Amino acid sequence: MKIQEINIPGKLTRKESVLRHSFLEQVDTIPGGEKIKSCIQCGTCSGSCPLSYAMDVMPRELIALFRAGDIESILRSRTIWICASCYTCQTRCPSSIKVTDIIYALKRIAMERRIYAKKFPVHSLSDSFIKSIYRFGRLNEPRLMILYFMRTGILKAFSFIPLGLKMMRKGRLELRVSKVKGIDGLRKIMKKAEKLDIPFEKEKLPFMPEAVGYKSVS
Amino acid sequence: MNYNYYPGCSLQSAHKGYDKSCRAVFNSLGCDLIEIEDWNCCGATIYMSINEVTALAVASRNLALAEKTKRDLVTPCSSCFTILNKANRFIQNSIEVRDKVNSCLAEGGLNYNGTVRVRHPLDVLINDVGIEIIRLQIKIPLEELKIANYYGCQIVRPEKGFDDREDPTTMENLFEAAGASNVYFPYKLRCCGGMLMTTFEEAALKLSKEILECAIENGADCIVTTCPLCQMNLEAYQNEIHNKYKTKVGIPILFFTQVLGAALGLSNEELGIDSNFYRCKKLVEIKNKKSYTAQTVHSVI
Repeated sequence: MKIQEINIPGKLTRKESVLRHSFLEQVDTIPGGEKIKSCIQCGTCSGSCPLSYAMDVMPRELIALFRAGDIESILRSRTIWICASCYTCQTRCPSSIKVTDIIYALKRIAMERRIYAKKFPVHSLSDSFIKSIYRFGRLNEPRLMILYFMRTGILKAFSFIPLGLKMMRKGRLELRVSKVKGIDGLRKIMKKAEKLDIPFEKEKLPFMPEAVGYKSVS
Repeated sequence: MNYNYYPGCSLQSAHKGYDKSCRAVFNSLGCDLIEIEDWNCCGATIYMSINEVTALAVASRNLALAEKTKRDLVTPCSSCFTILNKANRFIQNSIEVRDKVNSCLAEGGLNYNGTVRVRHPLDVLINDVGIEIIRLQIKIPLEELKIANYYGCQIVRPEKGFDDREDPTTMENLFEAAGASNVYFPYKLRCCGGMLMTTFEEAALKLSKEILECAIENGADCIVTTCPLCQMNLEAYQNEIHNKYKTKVGIPILFFTQVLGAALGLSNEELGIDSNFYRCKKLVEIKNKKSYTAQTVHSVI
């Protein structure tokens, strides 16, 4: 089901309307994504979230901010990167809003637009992760850690050395990666898929009517 | 019964014990786990946060490989279980998404129609093998072992699967059949922090601490889990948790297949129990006692 354009009062900046457009397109592919329209702002999501104490924008506020036409503030918050995707909010939402999946959509937009919270390099792990998969087709955790620490500050890596040694003693530290045999095929699949992912930059923006009134819940 | 087996990346490196014990348990119950040939990483929860179509395509490659064999896919890793299920759900939900994914898979000479059932070993044990059959196979009843059953987030959520989403009881039933007793453990679905242990340690330590504390306070001998990442977080960071919060730690964290395997009479070697950081003394005691009585009975006869 296509989400109808959700209009909001006031004028949007061009940047914001681009973000809004890409967000709505992302939400559209989520099964049940259109439920975002029926948020009743009850706060069950914030109350259920085991990590909301550490968030600067509560899960409930994410949806409020989206409605208010301020997606950029969401992307600049730490919240989307603090989400550990435990799906508690999504399970408990009385309006069946796919909160966790929506947070994934926001993460994707943040990654693509390179809009991040200040001094909170959690997203770097995602970058390191793709590199690992592209190279071997499978993930090797110690290598992923090394890549991540190389990006975010090598000093922190030292605190992981005792753990690494302990794991090695127990035979749990495997540096050898078993590469996928059909890695070429996998890379082709990934390359093709990256092309198919909605390329907002190149795509011409559709006409965005300047907002008139609030008619989200239809 | 035969199943496609998808171990996932972490069962190949840090959690070989889970892989071993899972295969051993299924083997002793007469199920064959046939590893999918040349599987790739499912993309985990992380890939979904970068590229949706790519994440779906990467996960679907495994599903497409499994579809050829017309068997159900079994995966012990919670993250793989969620992601493969999610890919399935997205593909079954919309023809548009399915066509997109298939046009990618075609580049690798594959095609996926969305017919594979992705299942968790717990689901298979309870619903296919059956609890009564398992009860008959128990060789060492785990009497006196008090278990805290920790499910973690991703096997019962987000969609309604094989168990309740707020109060699952599959593991409780399983271990009751194995003779163990289950302690009151309200934190059984609470998040352990997941990947935040690397990226935002203080939050993850707090969450893991709460889970450990709850299990210890309720008198559990061990925490039994289904998720490799939870096992790692709860087990490997107990020292850090103790240093930071000064709470009592030192509770062993086992995989459910390891405990069930012990009850089925499998050896520590087969279950990879020695690779865990903490030994479950109670479990060792029970095993020793049992093998002692078995020996004496044998000599009397």
